[in-house]
Amino acid sequence: MKVLVIDTSNRPLSIAVLDGEKVLATTTMTTQRKHAAYAMQIVENLVKLAKLQPEDLDRIVVADGPGSYTGLRVAVTIGKVLADTLQIELVSVSSLLTLALNVQKEGQLVMPLFDARNDILFTGLYRTSANGPIEVIPDQHVAFDDFVAQVKQYDEPIVFLGEDVDKYADRLQTIFGNHFKKMVGIDNLPQAAQLGIYGEKQLPLTDIDSIVPKYLRLTQAEADWQKLHPGEGHESYVEQV
Amino acid sequence: MVQKTLEDKSGEINKMDKAKQTSLILSFETSCDETSVAVIKDGTEILTNIVATQIKSHQRFGGVVPEVASRHHIEQITICINKALESAHVTYADLTGVAITYGPGLVGSLLVGITAAKVVAWAHHLPLIPVNHIVGHIYATNFEHPIEFPALALVVSGGHTELVWMPQEGEFKIIGETRDDAAGETYDKIGRVMGINYPAGPTVDKLAHEGQDTFDFPRAMMKDDNFDFSFSGLKSAFINTVHHADQVGETLDHANLATSFQNAVTEVLVAKTMRALDKYPAKEFILAGGVAANRGLREKLDQELSKRDIEFVKAPLKLCGDNAAMIGAAAEMLQRHGAKADMSLNADPGLEFEWEANEAQ
Ligand SMILES: [Zn+2]
Repeated sequence: MKVLVIDTSNRPLSIAVLDGEKVLATTTMTTQRKHAAYAMQIVENLVKLAKLQPEDLDRIVVADGPGSYTGLRVAVTIGKVLADTLQIELVSVSSLLTLALNVQKEGQLVMPLFDARNDILFTGLYRTSANGPIEVIPDQHVAFDDFVAQVKQYDEPIVFLGEDVDKYADRLQTIFGNHFKKMVGIDNLPQAAQLGIYGEKQLPLTDIDSIVPKYLRLTQAEADWQKLHPGEGHESYVEQV
Repeated sequence: MVQKTLEDKSGEINKMDKAKQTSLILSFETSCDETSVAVIKDGTEILTNIVATQIKSHQRFGGVVPEVASRHHIEQITICINKALESAHVTYADLTGVAITYGPGLVGSLLVGITAAKVVAWAHHLPLIPVNHIVGHIYATNFEHPIEFPALALVVSGGHTELVWMPQEGEFKIIGETRDDAAGETYDKIGRVMGINYPAGPTVDKLAHEGQDTFDFPRAMMKDDNFDFSFSGLKSAFINTVHHADQVGETLDHANLATSFQNAVTEVLVAKTMRALDKYPAKEFILAGGVAANRGLREKLDQELSKRDIEFVKAPLKLCGDNAAMIGAAAEMLQRHGAKADMSLNADPGLEFEWEANEAQ
């Protein structure tokens, strides 16, 4: 199976082309934020370097959130449009789960996190297994203190993952003591190749049109509007004219 | 621009000859709150023009919320692509190019369309044609008849108010633009004060035909020796008038308010246009953009332009608002002039034409 894999959910951008478990070409970049300008350039290059044509691809795997809204839309737009236009399979995977793939040890609790500012995190809790990380607490947009209080109940070592862990390391160390574990360097970056190997084993999505990023958060305007209009459903607001 | 050798050029001409036979462009437009995909033949024939509008969504907020707009674009994009191809009865194999608006507009919205267009172009080995949204608006008239040059265009919408000089095909120069709010934006803002839902233009236009110009709102920059516009003073004058009346418990006649406001907007637009035409002897004058659907503006321009020896072309009512058909028409022309983008194409939210003055100096 020839697979294109893309994660643009945060500052790191990671793209890979795989043939089964074999990595044909991969790039991970942390220096640029303009993922929309770089992602398709890198895709074009990597597919060429892998000696493939776009139509040789069988599947596309994307990290679908949470993360930077604009970033998420790059990978998810590429994913859904490419799957649709070439009639190939699409798999979308949590960008937090993607980070958890970097922990090799089985049975390990892992808390990947992205800083969402103001002491709020995008995070979830996973336990690693032979079949990949298994969700323990679902991905969410949550206050640091609230989530940490839930995780504290697990009296065992926890690996905290992600580029933003350093910002919280002192507090986490104080709270979790010697159960606080962190990874260094490259293990805090999403690896598209790992994501691809995991994504090859997942069932492809059936309704590509309905795929959207997992923002895990309403826009401010929508949240304010909902407060003023309780009970009004989220019906479709977009019309064909 | 990349310099090409003679050899390259001959290849290019061959390709162009081929393209001339039939151009079939899949075009995308996502610069604001409409997700639109069209299939355009030879730049002049609309095979299909799918437009999914988000107006209802943004009405909740009284105007376009950029992040909400971007989210709707990604919900709609593959649905629109498939509807477009299906209703045009074409397949990817029939296409000769993919066109996309890359600016000006909302960056998050632009990026969904740009990314989608890049993917389609790459996946099917098709050329990618970047289109300036304003050129698109102007080329909405290309479905009426081919533009005759030199031409002058007034592009008025919720995001833009500008006079564009086109000495010949493929050349665009700004000669005047708004220094603050766009004309359409002003309609929305005064509409809100009158309790009219976004977008307020059509309702205000209708009301304006039922009242009298009794308020004598300011005609900003009317006498200035340039082709620029300003609408924020008018907006403030309008809002102050309504607020003052509210405070003293007076009820103002909405029709008269609308007429007075619309006259202030259209008189300045028309006067500056006429002055521009004195200086730039165009064969054709084009009215385009969302506000080009405004009856008051169309009537005033008809009146003034009938006194001149010039062809007046209005964008078809259906194509005044944002749509991908106009982008496809512009793309066919731009492609003949060598426009081409690669996978590095990025959004340019503040994309502008060069100023004519820079050339003259
Ligand atoms: Zn527009």
